[in-house]
Amino acid sequence: MSFFEIDVDHKRYGERTILRGLRLQLARGEIVSLIGASGCGKSSLLGIAAGLDRDAAARVRLDGAEWDVGRTRPGAGIGMVFQEPRLFPWLTVVENIVFGTGARKLPPGTLDGLLDEVGLGGLGEQLPKQLSGGQAQRVALARGLFTQPRVLLLDEPFSAVDAITRIRLQDLLARVARERGLTVLMVTHDIDEAVQLSDRVVLLANQPGPARAVFDIDLPRPRVRTGARADARAAALKAELLAALDLGLAA
Amino acid sequence: MNTRLLDLPKDAVKDAPAAPPLRARSRPGWKHALLLPLLLPLLVLAGAEIAVRAGLVPANLMPPPSEVATTLAWLAGHGLGQHVAASTLRVAIGFACGAGAALVLGALVALHRTSARVLDPSLQALRAIPSLAWVPLLLLWFGIDETPKIVMIAIGAFFPVYTGVTSGVKGVDRKLVEVGLLYRLTPPALVRRVLLPAALPAILTGLRNGLALAWMFMVAAELIAASRGLGYLLSDGRETSRADIVLAAIVLLAVLGKLSDMAMLALETRLLGWRDGFTVERA
Repeated sequence: MSFFEIDVDHKRYGERTILRGLRLQLARGEIVSLIGASGCGKSSLLGIAAGLDRDAAARVRLDGAEWDVGRTRPGAGIGMVFQEPRLFPWLTVVENIVFGTGARKLPPGTLDGLLDEVGLGGLGEQLPKQLSGGQAQRVALARGLFTQPRVLLLDEPFSAVDAITRIRLQDLLARVARERGLTVLMVTHDIDEAVQLSDRVVLLANQPGPARAVFDIDLPRPRVRTGARADARAAALKAELLAALDLGLAA
Repeated sequence: MNTRLLDLPKDAVKDAPAAPPLRARSRPGWKHALLLPLLLPLLVLAGAEIAVRAGLVPANLMPPPSEVATTLAWLAGHGLGQHVAASTLRVAIGFACGAGAALVLGALVALHRTSARVLDPSLQALRAIPSLAWVPLLLLWFGIDETPKIVMIAIGAFFPVYTGVTSGVKGVDRKLVEVGLLYRLTPPALVRRVLLPAALPAILTGLRNGLALAWMFMVAAELIAASRGLGYLLSDGRETSRADIVLAAIVLLAVLGKLSDMAMLALETRLLGWRDGFTVERA
């Protein structure tokens, strides 16, 4: 039995059906990327899993507990990081990070380790307006991790940050996920990112229906970005994914 | 990596003309902030003084500012404090009642769909009634005592605050609300931790506009029936053909209105320091 499962009967926006008959299962500690054309329902699927979209006819199961998204909000254990940081502008970095716990203030120094880990050392008392885009997204990632979720949903979390920050955040995510045994479902448009981070990549079809294809990313971990060990197999996988996107599997 | 492009010949640097030192743009100081706003009023006062003394404007209709200042000094020794206190107290009580009711009803309408359907159309219809239309009814209901004046001021303060609360809450970024829902906030916690802080800028703007209207409605109320207050001074000055008293009362209204607005602005600055909005200094 899978650790985390999303079973969507259908999801409509008005007259238009976005998702139909889609079932996704993740093992504990697995990192799965969702790819597909814009508008194929990737972000909608994450919204359903997070309990933010309650108009869908869908069921979610986490570690044996099951709920109907239209009737019940998900229990604790699901965290999410969005494409944009979505920080509360009136809260400091630390207050944003601990927002999900309900704590207003923590004893000084409590978060120093986490702040250092995500590259935000010394910025705990800053307001979001004082942060760069990359720093703000680090805060969002730290907030997503702080509540110790069992499943982390990521909706193109690194698409709006610069290339160097993206690499650092990807490496950070990979390390934290491995150390904590975190189950991750990530939407991305970045094939490199999908191959670098994932155990499996799921390609959604343009038309509502079951997943069009699933790719096992059988690269050893920890993954390196350059060198002979990384290049050959990773390049082949990327080519395979690109071909699937370009050559009609998704059509 | 190829770094040869950076290997400039030594004389290329040596022969370059010395660049002027770079300076960051300086921010205007406190004198700039304090004195500049006084420039226009001082110019107008000086112009009025000269125009009246030169005979360009009849002094009985437009007393020179120096005479208005003398009248103000005389009034200060003859009950001006009572008039100012009476008007300020009416504004304070009326504003507190009107703004308080608006905060409660505005929040109810913004957060509860059924309440919005029941209350909002009627409140919008009441908002369309001109302020002076209330006067005869309030006099009939409450006589000429303090109550009709307070109610009148409360009506004036109510609608800007009500509109500020409803539009502020409705305008909260859905994406921030989703973060609250993601962390399973209860409805009261969502209101307290997300909706109200996010709507605070619009609410404070509503409060500021409501306070300005409270002063306006105070004058309207006191002009009709009062034996004390700045509105009474205005009425008394007109009846005794004392333009200097009328102008003195107008000046006091301007000063009091400005002071109360500055207090609201200070509150706004203190509470909304987190905002990342446009300021002229940044342009």
